[in-house]
Amino acid sequence: MFATVSPVETTWPDDAPLVSVRDLSFRRGDRMIFNDLNLQIRRGQVTAIMGPSGTGKTTLLHLIGGQIRPEAGRIEVDGRCVHELNRQELYRLRQRMGVLFQSGALFTDLSVFDNVAFPLREHTRLSERLIRTLALMKLEAVGLRGARDLMPAQLSGGMARRVALARAIALDPMMMLYDEPFAGQDPISMGVLVKLIRTLNDALGLTSIIVSHDVKETAAIADYLYLISEGRVVEHGTPEELHHSPSAWVDQFMHARPDGPMSFHYAAPPYADDLLSRDAG
Amino acid sequence: MIAILTGLGRWVLGKLARLGRANLFLLSLLGALTFLFKRPSLLIRQLYAVGVLSLPIILVSGLFVGMVLGLQGYANLVDFGATASLGTVVALSLIRELGPVLTALLYAGRAGSALTAEIGLMKATEQLASMQMMAVDPFPRVLAPRFLAGCLAVPILTGIFTAVGILGGYFVAVMQLGVDGGAFWAQMQAKVLLFEDIVNGVIIKSFVFGVLANWIALFEGYEALPTSEGVSLATTRTVVITSLAILGWDFLLTALMFGVW
Amino acid sequence: MRQKNLELMVGVFVALGLAAFLLLALKVSDLTRIGENDGYRIMAHFENIGGLKVRAPVTLGGVRIGRVISIDLDSQSYEAVVTMSIDPRYDRLPTDSSASILTSGLLGEQYVGLEPGGMDSYLSNGSVLKLTQSALVLEKLIGRVLTNTASGDTPPK
Repeated sequence: MFATVSPVETTWPDDAPLVSVRDLSFRRGDRMIFNDLNLQIRRGQVTAIMGPSGTGKTTLLHLIGGQIRPEAGRIEVDGRCVHELNRQELYRLRQRMGVLFQSGALFTDLSVFDNVAFPLREHTRLSERLIRTLALMKLEAVGLRGARDLMPAQLSGGMARRVALARAIALDPMMMLYDEPFAGQDPISMGVLVKLIRTLNDALGLTSIIVSHDVKETAAIADYLYLISEGRVVEHGTPEELHHSPSAWVDQFMHARPDGPMSFHYAAPPYADDLLSRDAG
Repeated sequence: MIAILTGLGRWVLGKLARLGRANLFLLSLLGALTFLFKRPSLLIRQLYAVGVLSLPIILVSGLFVGMVLGLQGYANLVDFGATASLGTVVALSLIRELGPVLTALLYAGRAGSALTAEIGLMKATEQLASMQMMAVDPFPRVLAPRFLAGCLAVPILTGIFTAVGILGGYFVAVMQLGVDGGAFWAQMQAKVLLFEDIVNGVIIKSFVFGVLANWIALFEGYEALPTSEGVSLATTRTVVITSLAILGWDFLLTALMFGVW
Repeated sequence: MRQKNLELMVGVFVALGLAAFLLLALKVSDLTRIGENDGYRIMAHFENIGGLKVRAPVTLGGVRIGRVISIDLDSQSYEAVVTMSIDPRYDRLPTDSSASILTSGLLGEQYVGLEPGGMDSYLSNGSVLKLTQSALVLEKLIGRVLTNTASGDTPPK
């Protein structure tokens, strides 16, 4: 079906990637989610992993975070194989990863300030004074220092996501994972998030991975894109390259055309036959 | 036929697997308890949520159950001229059965369902996952404080329920129906034994019920499907399973403690 | 400030619980007579104990002086062996005291009533009461009355 799909090439840059996924296979029940997936995330860049809904993009983040184990293949983060670490090592690695969940996942029983201070209180022995300073700095970075006393239920969706972002960078991680950061946002908070992700990445020297299907916003800030479908990488390159990709499939996805190689219709018997068919049910 | 047997087999295996997971869950809970020595403030917050907030329903129910016992007991005993034993009847039925069982059932409805919904929602909104990704284990941080607080709160609530119930019985019997107050207490004291009745009933029984109620509530929340439907289903299951488990264990414990074979 | 309030409420809650347990222990239960199990033990053999239960009171002249702690069957004589624990304060009970199983009221529970004898030696731990009177079993009582009337004797007044 994907006649023009290019095999994953091996022209990786010289400096070691921060995350490398090799020959990853993973299935959920009988459904193959990933089949020999290969990708590399370069340090200091914003890399986006895109694809239609249901292609397991979020699952990939869970795999990188070590929350689930792959069936085959290796996932290395900063040179260490995630699923071969023991619990302590894994937890130490996770302290260097920030994750922004789709729902924000703020702790509903803690105030905005306490949410941001949470990782600091759990993992450091800083004085309450210093924790206050740090938490306020992170809140200032996302522009919500004034909302510190609100409870998560009082926040709008966009604000909640920004608080969650402040919490995720509280421990100054080396990398950030974003799970559908733009889904369900109004244009203004979408713009704010786009800008935040890019500036935080550059200002804090992070490496960012964005999982998304919002092509326009993602392509605007990503340095590198991976398109996945049906469990494997279909195409990868800079946004510029992908926009001019010769592949019909990539063209359909990048320009959001309703029909193309990725059919609008779910597999079905011919329309006319179906309508004229006598056996109902 | 084969299909039925296969279905039966799958059902049994599924239940067994769930039971196994529940036991592993309990082990993890117990293993995480030591963390609370480092952070007792977590326990205080949960004691407030499951204990203090359950007080009103326990106080009111205890009072009314005691008063009803007083009325009913009086109506039956007055025919035999044995109203002096009313204190014994009220106290023994509350201490041995009604106190621990009703408190545990009320607790399951008031606090157990809330625990399930809370944990289920934390799971559905990815709060537990995000905690794990922040390298914080939710067992010591979230589940163990709730478990221990619940296990402590149930015996305390049972004691309060029983005491208030006896006072309610006293109020009806002595103040309203004119039973002799001295006989009420004296007959009670002559029949109620500290270790056999109070320690067995109010303390041991209710502690077992507390462990059951909180274990089931937390496990159901933790296993709930992360959707609104899954959480509501889990909440219902908590109340049903806890009630059945409490009644079943009540029979077992009663047979062991007060059994006359 | 919120944490303070929380602690206060939890403190009140725990204090209420303690008060409840104190009430149960002091006012409701037999805590005041907790020493009973430490009393000395005496035994008595009965032909028939009727409905006597463990924990039934043992009285003398209507005053409770102990309770039944176990009931067994002597497999040789087929008699019931009732072991009682007597409060050590009452350590001057004559050895020829007798024990009977009585019923408090018409429908009340059964208890062991002691009747003091006249000997100078006193019961001590492990003593066995020689004189016992079994419980009145209603069926036997009726049976005796029936046989008496059948044989033409006047029934006992």
